[in-house]
Amino acid sequence: MDSFISTVITQAPIKFWWILAGLILLLVLASSIGQYLARKNNNDVIRNLNDRIRAWWIMVAVLVACFMIGKVATLVLYAFLSFFALREFITLTPTRKGDHWALCICFYIAIPLQYWLIGADWYGLFVMCLPVYGFLLLPAVTALSGDTDAFISRVAKIQWGLMLTVYCLSYAPALMLLPIPGYEGQNLLLLMYLLLVVQLSDIFQYIVGKLFGKTKIAPNVSPSKTIEGLIGGGFLAIVAGTALWWITPFTPLQAAFLSFIIVACGFLGGLSLSAIKRSIGTKDWGYMISGHGGVLDRLDSVVFAAPVFFHLTRFIFVP
Amino acid sequence: MISPLLSLTTRFLIGALPRWQASQPEHRQRIYFANHTSHLDTLAIWSSLPAELRKTTRPVAARDYWDKAGVRRHIATQGLNVVFISRDKQSGDPLSPLYEALENGDSLIIFPEGTRHFLPLPAPFKSGLYYLAQKFKTVELIPVYLDNTRRCLPKGSLIPVPLACTVTYGAPLEAIEHEEKTAFLQRAREAVIALAPHEITTD
Repeated sequence: MDSFISTVITQAPIKFWWILAGLILLLVLASSIGQYLARKNNNDVIRNLNDRIRAWWIMVAVLVACFMIGKVATLVLYAFLSFFALREFITLTPTRKGDHWALCICFYIAIPLQYWLIGADWYGLFVMCLPVYGFLLLPAVTALSGDTDAFISRVAKIQWGLMLTVYCLSYAPALMLLPIPGYEGQNLLLLMYLLLVVQLSDIFQYIVGKLFGKTKIAPNVSPSKTIEGLIGGGFLAIVAGTALWWITPFTPLQAAFLSFIIVACGFLGGLSLSAIKRSIGTKDWGYMISGHGGVLDRLDSVVFAAPVFFHLTRFIFVP
Repeated sequence: MISPLLSLTTRFLIGALPRWQASQPEHRQRIYFANHTSHLDTLAIWSSLPAELRKTTRPVAARDYWDKAGVRRHIATQGLNVVFISRDKQSGDPLSPLYEALENGDSLIIFPEGTRHFLPLPAPFKSGLYYLAQKFKTVELIPVYLDNTRRCLPKGSLIPVPLACTVTYGAPLEAIEHEEKTAFLQRAREAVIALAPHEITTD
């Protein structure tokens, strides 16, 4: 065990330690501000803020632990995240008895298969297995159950749930697959970069929106999203993403462009998943992360940003 | 050994999130009575209780389903420490194993509908709960509503689909002097229904 930990520590690139130090610094700063605010005026907003900060400590700890252990641990972590996200999605989506086998396939076959394909470095099948074979098989299985009530909408719900929570989310750890010349052995940093920019964008938009937000973008969909928050928070996230160019294979200018893409996709993801929540009539996807809601509340931006970031990076940097 | 594993697996698959709406998890002798829509119900309630309470809380399980050779009986006896009850008409009082457990000081989990109903709201209750309440007046009767387990494991399927299920605990049923059996059973059933989510009761 000791030798395992020491190899882990010596193998992690030096850039990783800088990022880790930066993250811890940020969290300490956030916790101090949270404690200060709580002493001054402990209302619901502040309590929720402190819940969120505490949850961030745990999330960062889990992510960093998996990063250090390596590829398999990261894949297992994401498989679990997909599992819980899909569980949240299906829990809130009305399904019927006739959907049972289709759902079993989603949970017990699709999730392990998708992450196994990443682990096996099988890019060709990873990109098409669910959208081609999965999306043809599932409606057929549902049809075999013989229940045709609301068939189209039931099939659509299951397919979209699977696409968002499994297919799109799996693109984040799939960044480990990309053979980028001159960047070998550091791909986990690319995953960390994506997560950092997405989550910083969410946090900055939340803070700027709370401080300066006036004009609501889509009041029917999400009352907390404002133009001021989007522009101010998005801008800060792009600045942070540009400043982190040195952990990626990008030049600063390329990093700025890709950060912009991540921020834009993340925003659209948050908006689309809010629209689903509204149509189901709920505020949060679940209860697993205290202060944040469910797993899907935290990953809504990632599921839209990850596939686009993956394919753009692949298009530009993989020969 | 098998008990922690059982509750961990159950919570991983179906959440079994407890909502102590009008009662608290306490060391008291209780009868938890719930609606019954799936074979997962026993596991769901039992797993949602704190580990300490699980030691003294025994689900009542139908002998014809749970006392079968193999894994099922092992789970029932070693993991859940169930009280078996016979559903077929036999000589003697079918409730006597339950009396015995209550006299030992254990708490019970029972499904007064007698069998599973694949519907959001429970069917009329069988009389067992009434006789238990008559005989053990100091034992608290806690209504429990189970949400979603029927979607996890519909009748006739063997593999559960993972969905987050909630277990809502209501206030103890108050004792009313000289209450008729039917009135009592009706009141108990309504106490369970009152815990169901609003959109279900207004369907």
